[in-house]
Amino acid sequence: MNGLPREHYLNVDYGIRSWLFTTDHKRIAWLYLLSVTVFFFFGGIFATLIRIELLTPQGDLVQAETYNKFFTMHGVTMVFFFLIPATPAVLGNFLVPMMIGARDLAFPRLNLASWYIFVIGGLFTLAAAAAGGVDTGWTFYTPYSSIYSNTHVALTVVGIFITGFSSILTGLNFIVTIHKMRAPGLTWFRLPLFIWAIYATSIIFILGTPVIAITLLLVGLERLFGLGIFDPARGGDPVLFQHLFWFYSHPAVYIMILPAMGVESELIAAFARKRVFGYEFVAFSSLAIAVIGFLVWGHHMFVAGQSVHAGLIFSLLSFLVAIPSAIKVFNWTATLHRGAISYDAPMLYALGFIGLFTIGGLTGLFLASVGVDVHVHDTYFIIAHFHYIMVGGSIMAYLGGIHFWWPKMTGRIYPEPVARVAALIVFLGFNLTFFPQFVLGYLGMPRRYHAYPPEFQVLNVMSSAGASILAVGYLLPLLYLIWSLRYGRVAGANPWGARGLEWQTPSPPPTHNFDTIPLVTDAAYAYDKEPEEVYEFGKPSHA
Amino acid sequence: MAPRVDALFYFLIAVSLFFGLLIAVLIVYFAVKYRRRPGRERGALIEANIPLEIFWTAVPLGLTMVMFVWGATIFFDESEPPVGSIDVAVVGRQWMWKIQHPEGRREIDELHVPVGRPVKLTMISEDVIHDFFVPEFRIKKDVLPGRYTTAWFQATKAGEYRVFCSQYCGAQHSGMLARVVAMEPADYQQWLGGGLTGTPAEGGRNLFQRLGCATCHKSDGTGQGPSLVGLFGKTVKLEGGKTVVADAAYIRESILDPRAKVVAGYKPIMPLFKGLVSEEGILQIIAFIQSLGGEESAAAR
Repeated sequence: MNGLPREHYLNVDYGIRSWLFTTDHKRIAWLYLLSVTVFFFFGGIFATLIRIELLTPQGDLVQAETYNKFFTMHGVTMVFFFLIPATPAVLGNFLVPMMIGARDLAFPRLNLASWYIFVIGGLFTLAAAAAGGVDTGWTFYTPYSSIYSNTHVALTVVGIFITGFSSILTGLNFIVTIHKMRAPGLTWFRLPLFIWAIYATSIIFILGTPVIAITLLLVGLERLFGLGIFDPARGGDPVLFQHLFWFYSHPAVYIMILPAMGVESELIAAFARKRVFGYEFVAFSSLAIAVIGFLVWGHHMFVAGQSVHAGLIFSLLSFLVAIPSAIKVFNWTATLHRGAISYDAPMLYALGFIGLFTIGGLTGLFLASVGVDVHVHDTYFIIAHFHYIMVGGSIMAYLGGIHFWWPKMTGRIYPEPVARVAALIVFLGFNLTFFPQFVLGYLGMPRRYHAYPPEFQVLNVMSSAGASILAVGYLLPLLYLIWSLRYGRVAGANPWGARGLEWQTPSPPPTHNFDTIPLVTDAAYAYDKEPEEVYEFGKPSHA
Repeated sequence: MAPRVDALFYFLIAVSLFFGLLIAVLIVYFAVKYRRRPGRERGALIEANIPLEIFWTAVPLGLTMVMFVWGATIFFDESEPPVGSIDVAVVGRQWMWKIQHPEGRREIDELHVPVGRPVKLTMISEDVIHDFFVPEFRIKKDVLPGRYTTAWFQATKAGEYRVFCSQYCGAQHSGMLARVVAMEPADYQQWLGGGLTGTPAEGGRNLFQRLGCATCHKSDGTGQGPSLVGLFGKTVKLEGGKTVVADAAYIRESILDPRAKVVAGYKPIMPLFKGLVSEEGILQIIAFIQSLGGEESAAAR
């Protein structure tokens, strides 16, 4: 009786063509899932090589030139081809229509085109790696990148340029869908907080991405045609590049963390079986982060030669952007109060996220505080800080989300005990990898160092040991999630007893998500009611 | 400066520990107390609590403003070299530091300084962006091509201190190391006496003659170019009505690209010296012009 539904979006059609030409948002989510997973492990290989090299103070594993390519390829791959697309393009694609009671995104073919653009951009970057790699760091600072580096800068930059269009189109698609395709009765303040987060992220996609595209285009023009834009020897300004680059790349950090925060709200609510405390404050804090996040880029440039007054203003604004994040953490914690909490693997990731994101956020205050930033800028303190946000925050939430919605995506549930162990391994391995780097940074070890003074070795060995544990934690889910595709227990429509609209349709859902479009009569997370009291199916469809 | 940075650092650690532990303790406490069990299958229905939201918005806001003002004060003092600093010129290039003292000694990848006197670094790069970072002094500043940046420090104890390049600059980035050697004033005076090669101002005067600058920039003001006597730090009127302070950056620009800002009453006839004089040479010419008098307090920025 408890078998999978007879027909669903995965078995309506088979064959490679049915996937490559699909316009179903759920299948496109799978295309993204496969591609970002490939990029994640590709970037992970470089992380592994970095940590092996740094086991000893001498640069004895590879040449300095090669090491510089390792950290560049690690950063480029992880930032542009994993972290930025992962949560929005995989979970966002799958969930936005399901959560708002729509049959697909507003522009299904554009959605497929976005994936193709992403893949084409990715192929350029992989081609650059195959041709010998690039050594500028993922930040492409000029004039090193535009004049001095003799590696494959142009090819890499073209790849990122192309991929940017994928982000823009995805953001556009989400914004239109959320505005126009919500089910009847699903007002803005009844939306799940994940939708608010994706909406805020989409704003950044649309407003920020064109700037990085133009900036990288200018780097390419200076490199290929010698136009004087950033190189002072040709009348350009190298600091101008940093302004343009960080105008996008700081908000890009929020592209990585906002959807993760959205996932976090969903997980906390579902496993505490309780409405998220301070819903409106959590929702608006997402928008506040998206808006203020555009005004803090100068905190990457406190020692770069900008004026003292610019530094002070950016310091002040950077402190302000910390407030909405603090509000979220307090509200998530308060949500647990008087909840009915269970500790399935997604919740372990969610609790781990709060811990790691809090450390990442608090150390952000050190960096906003300009007097301290001068000392720790461009040291391992920075590396530790942003990995706590991007890996400790974004990837924890992403993995939590993948586990949580895996039954919906596949119809089957992952093996719970091993998943809990994996979550624990990730948490411990992560802290052992990155916490020592805070200390290293305060002691003065600069980032991007192929060789380092011997007194830093103990902390580096700790970090490398942690990285090997972390690698196990990331490989385990890959294995048992694949295993569960065939052998996992059948999940049923709503294995978590959650209230979200995506759980009110079979797992896996039919191609059109809902047989009839429901009328929504209450806010998200109405755990005081039964789902049938919140959603009225069977009414004439409004779609 | 280091003790002041550390004091703020410890304050930040204290605040972080407080909030980190607060959140951790609350989560563990709630997680245990409110675990799901038979008879407790659903969370309680709790309405929003506006005063609580305002409270935990206002408290972090207040604390961060303390951090902001504290950090800003340190930054302000870090950015303003004290009057009477030793003015040392630093030129960075892939992958070395070239240093010149006002008394004339030059060194590579080493910077000798006396204990107890502020040292001001005027820095420029010949190629890509570098960064002069002395962890023990808690100072760091990017060294840019085409533009001067400054930093200052005051060593309090004799000894050797590591200097790292902390802005990625290419293959041997991690090998671009130097050291600050802080010496007792007497030792420093003795060190200064060895290996003198003429002061930067003398070097600048030689260049001034050799490059033919003196032909037009006559000291009595009768030449085709303006006199440079007493120029340094003064405000200069330009063609077109604007004004500019004659600091190091302006003098450098006027040597490399004289037509960018022409002094009122003069014709743009000076040839471009781009490529004809090195960054170190320009720093020497600036030292020479500085030695001709001017507003001492408006030091090169």
